[in-house]
Amino acid sequence: MGEHLLEIKDLYVQYNTDDATVYAVNGMNLTLDKGEVLGMVGETGAGKSTTALSILQLLPPKVGEITRGSITYDGTDILNAKAQVMRGLRGARIAMIFQDPMSSLNPILTIGQQIHEVLELHFPSMSREEMDNRVDEILGLVGIQKHRKNEYPHQFSGGMKQRIGIAMALVAEPELLLADEPTTALDVTIQAQILQLMKELQQKHNTAMILITHNLGVVAEFCEKVCVVYGGEIIEEGAVEDVFTREKNHPYTQGLFESIPKLTGPVERLVPIQGFMVDPTNLPKGCSFAERCPYATDRCRAEKPGFYMDGTHGIKCFRYENAKGEA
Amino acid sequence: MGKYILKRLLLLIPVVIGITFFIYLIMSVAPGDPARLILGENATAEEIAAKRLELGLDDPLIVRYINYMAGVLHGDLGFSWYSGYDVMQEFLSRLPNTVTLGLLSNLITICIGIPLGILAAQHQYGPIDYTTLVIAMLFSSMPAFWFGLMAQIYLSINLKWFPATGAGDLYHFILPAITLSTGGLAGQVRLTRTSILEVNKLDYVRTARSKGCSENQIVMHHVLRNALLPVITSIGGHFATILGGAIVTESVFAIPGVASLMINAVKVRDVPVVMGVIVFISVFVGVVNLLVDLCYAAVDPRVKLTA
Amino acid sequence: MSKKDRKKSLSNRSQLGMIAFRFSKNKLAMLGLIVIAVLMIVCISAPLFIDYTLVYKQSMAVRLKGPGTEGHILGTDQFGRDLLARIIYGGRISLLAGLAVVGMALVVGVILGGCAGYFGGKVDNVIMRICDVFMAVPRMLLSMAVVAALGQGTFNMLIALTVAAFPGFARTVRASIMTLRNQEYVEAAKCCGTSSSRIIFKHVVPNGLGPVIVSATLQLGGTILAIASLGFLGIGVSSPTPEWGTILSENRTNIRYYPYLGFVPGFFIAISVMCLNFVGDGLRDALDPRTKN
Repeated sequence: MGEHLLEIKDLYVQYNTDDATVYAVNGMNLTLDKGEVLGMVGETGAGKSTTALSILQLLPPKVGEITRGSITYDGTDILNAKAQVMRGLRGARIAMIFQDPMSSLNPILTIGQQIHEVLELHFPSMSREEMDNRVDEILGLVGIQKHRKNEYPHQFSGGMKQRIGIAMALVAEPELLLADEPTTALDVTIQAQILQLMKELQQKHNTAMILITHNLGVVAEFCEKVCVVYGGEIIEEGAVEDVFTREKNHPYTQGLFESIPKLTGPVERLVPIQGFMVDPTNLPKGCSFAERCPYATDRCRAEKPGFYMDGTHGIKCFRYENAKGEA
Repeated sequence: MGKYILKRLLLLIPVVIGITFFIYLIMSVAPGDPARLILGENATAEEIAAKRLELGLDDPLIVRYINYMAGVLHGDLGFSWYSGYDVMQEFLSRLPNTVTLGLLSNLITICIGIPLGILAAQHQYGPIDYTTLVIAMLFSSMPAFWFGLMAQIYLSINLKWFPATGAGDLYHFILPAITLSTGGLAGQVRLTRTSILEVNKLDYVRTARSKGCSENQIVMHHVLRNALLPVITSIGGHFATILGGAIVTESVFAIPGVASLMINAVKVRDVPVVMGVIVFISVFVGVVNLLVDLCYAAVDPRVKLTA
Repeated sequence: MSKKDRKKSLSNRSQLGMIAFRFSKNKLAMLGLIVIAVLMIVCISAPLFIDYTLVYKQSMAVRLKGPGTEGHILGTDQFGRDLLARIIYGGRISLLAGLAVVGMALVVGVILGGCAGYFGGKVDNVIMRICDVFMAVPRMLLSMAVVAALGQGTFNMLIALTVAAFPGFARTVRASIMTLRNQEYVEAAKCCGTSSSRIIFKHVVPNGLGPVIVSATLQLGGTILAIASLGFLGIGVSSPTPEWGTILSENRTNIRYYPYLGFVPGFFIAISVMCLNFVGDGLRDALDPRTKN
């Protein structure tokens, strides 16, 4: 089992606030190998970001709590790792790109200083000059002129800031990159550029990556594997080809596909998914999607479905129970 | 930069004119003849008329005001109606005491308030946090004159640790400065605490953590510098409060400073002295605020000083 | 109550109920509220249980008797006057004068700030420049200057403190209105065709009132301190009229050997100010839950 780069097993995360307990992640399982790109799709609040933050142990202190499960990164048990070990992983071996580039850079440090800091933290033996060269190099790679490294974040546009975020994440050449909706806050035209840039850099360094998004198109273009998250658990996973051929899908994934307008073929009415996202403070006993599912039966409401596998394609739905035995 | 400073200093002029005119106006509207007040109930009509002439009280309000302001522009704040001293000279001789007291007190507030605020923030909702806040609150709720009086009686008179009254070397100023800083201490602690907690929640602190910074590095490099920005701004306002509080403190410890000059002047309605203090302090506060803004601009790259 | 029940009960409350609920959970604030309420009730109803003549009744036989002396729970001062009576009747002046000043400053501040915020443009500019002028001088100095100009006396002191306090309120009110005016829910209400008076009373006032109430509570503490300071300096309420600062001032020479003369009035000032600060902080947290957590 140790051969995977990242392995998340049966992860449960909850947020304890004054008013309620939010069950954000409920039994998440996933594995990722070196160099693999996994797309994680789901609505806002489905638990995608929480999963990513759990991997880095960056859940908000006192509020976010991992109640069950394990996360193993390259043989290291992350949930029981010492703070010092975690610091060695963060930034150096696992890096993260955040959703909002406007607020994720420190406003009073130059961008050069902020990229530099990663090197200072993880490569103490590097000389200043080497570090400077490395910063220049990575800025070049993300398409920012190196003379701008002495400028402050507010002097850059949103897209540029996200490029800086990418530079900061990649400067130490990590093995795993967690990209949490890296383009959601950006203009559509810039989104494509940023994704293209990430793809190039990912291939160049053979970085494994979890790309969190709610855009199915991005996943199809960019990822090898995909998992669909709903109510804090993965309800469908598989190779991009398996999921996107749309022969067999979880009813929720079907719904997602049907709510995207098609550019080819006859114009049809969009079919939205009925109802609202499951209330994470009050999870149902059975399938979390049952309330919104057109195929739901009494069994769905009473009992949680397991994964039904067809090769590497798994779907958590009783409809596929007889397809090929439970995994 | 130079242009900005000049503009800010010029902006002080209407403020000074406004405040002095307001005081001048109500002084002339208020009942009671200053000349009679000075000379006493037994003065004859001739004496009073002579005094009014001497003080220029028979001129219309505007003329008197313009004459006064013309003097101010030449650095002439007039003479005390009661004691006859030159207000400007008296100020200059007393100023060092008030400035020493103010600076020392501000220094104490900053040196104690900011570290306590950091401590409270790091132990948010813990016993240390609550203890710090309650103690700070207790100190700022105590009237400064009461705290000063008690400190004077117990620490100076009974224990003889500090000189009880008067001004001299720095040692004389320690107890008064502590007294003066009690009022602002709680504010400083709370501001620092809230500001740190606010910054702690921001995305870029999470980014720093994701880069592998240790908690200490996060506090020093990312949180503190950002969190202290509002604290810097508060120092300007705080300085003004301190000058107000200095009146009481100077009175308790019998320090011959500018502020205590005010007390007697108020009791006897010594207009030139009261006006002088107001002009002086408002300019002083304005300049301190300008300095604070300059500091702020130096620390925060986002701030552009536009003239 | 289980967590779920609590959540339900929270969502069923009105906005005001929510604020009251959050406030009641704050122990310090509740303590402050109770103490300040008790103090006010005792001071206001003083004539019911303490004879007013005791405030001024001198008796050389019982001068400078410590607390616990028969008939004088808090002791007596250098003229043999009962300290308890002086403190309680003094509290009437300290607390009521504080309320009066904050009330007057609030009226002036709300009118000026409201006009500035509502009309904007030139009106706003003129009003705010006036406030700037008044805020250029430390409040204590400004009040003293006004006392100097008007002459000494309790009423003039109240005017002076009001002059020094109103610009702060005007600014708070204006800032509230300015931010609220362009809030999206106000826009949304406008788009729904809601009448202006309904917008003002249903949306703007309840949301803008919070900061004003909080600053009024905190100002009340500051004003009580200022009244006491002026009394102490001999330019506020003047002896023999009892007021907490004045009481401290008239006993100043005896405090060294009779410490209770210093502790008793100091305690009452500090306790009222501190409790008001607790209440103010509690209100701020209750009105804006975002400031917590």
